[in-house]
Amino acid sequence: MRLSSRKIDLAIDLQDAGLNYVKIESDELKIGGATTLGEIERNEIIKAAFNGELIKTLQAIWSVQLRNIATIGGTIFPRLGFSDLITVLLALNTDVVLYNNGRMPLEVFLEEKIRKDILVELAIKKENRKLSFQYMRNSFYDFSILNTAVSVDENKDFRIAIGARPAVASLAKKAMNYLKENDNIEEAAKIAAEEMTFGSNIKGSKEYREMIAPVLVRRGLEEVLR
Amino acid sequence: MKIILTINNVKREVEISPSEFLLDVLRRLDYMSVKKGCDTGTCGVCTVLMDGKPVLSCSVLAASADGHEITTIEGLENDPEFKAISNALLEEGADQCGFCSPGLILNVYAMKKELKNPSEEDMKKYLVGNLCRCTGYVPQMRAIKKYFEVKA
Repeated sequence: MRLSSRKIDLAIDLQDAGLNYVKIESDELKIGGATTLGEIERNEIIKAAFNGELIKTLQAIWSVQLRNIATIGGTIFPRLGFSDLITVLLALNTDVVLYNNGRMPLEVFLEEKIRKDILVELAIKKENRKLSFQYMRNSFYDFSILNTAVSVDENKDFRIAIGARPAVASLAKKAMNYLKENDNIEEAAKIAAEEMTFGSNIKGSKEYREMIAPVLVRRGLEEVLR
Repeated sequence: MKIILTINNVKREVEISPSEFLLDVLRRLDYMSVKKGCDTGTCGVCTVLMDGKPVLSCSVLAASADGHEITTIEGLENDPEFKAISNALLEEGADQCGFCSPGLILNVYAMKKELKNPSEEDMKKYLVGNLCRCTGYVPQMRAIKKYFEVKA
């Protein structure tokens, strides 16, 4: 509401809808849509998840005060381009569960034009993934000019997401496929950057983003392979 | 519409408009320590505690605060922790115009309850959302470190 002057005719408070939880169920980490980012970062399951990398991402989002009121559903559903969390969740193999449209992978949800629905929960596959989140910002307390997240499981299945381009994050599928049969991370990072479209906004130019994208992806790959 | 707010341990029934934000309601009720700065969820001068956790009152719809406990600086007047934090700020000359002080003090107060032995880096990350228009961050950090050292 603070990001636009849009008039809202009817708002429904979901605070007491029972969508406020973090739990592990059927090898999935499930987070209710009305759970605040603050509650998530204080949760012991999250603190231990993905070797503590997920919590680092959460703690890099804006301020403590905002995280105590921003819900994960409200963060994911608008598909905001500058979102760091969407980039990370894409790299972690996440499904979204919607009240009307059912369950679907996050990457599918990001491409769909679903407007009126409720994000019931997020289900993150509890695979043994190593995760790395990289971003470029002018200062810590700012939106990312570009962000990338890379993860890999024990079977060398890589997931690479690039966000804040400034469009919303998407998976670098060509680079992910390349890494199935190759181990040249320099080349993979280049492929990832080349398959994405970049644009300009007040934070940075298209050209700048094109230049830093392969660097951030390479750093992520190096980190998960360490 | 009517909501129930417990402000500084006093339960109050408050008439609000559905589109009103908590910041405007608190100021209308004369809790003038809660400042209106950027009004876009960035500067942190509107920080209050909701159920003990720091939140930006400019971005909380008053209706969604129904039934919750709100703490402003006025409610900490006799709290020894409040006195210790404000004394540390005073001793280090960390108050210039004072506009950001209520929000900063409330966030330091919440940080003390949440983090046991924060490092300087932890403090900076926790307080990143409290902007000071006088750019007095150096004396502020000196004061906050001093407060934590004394209390440790």
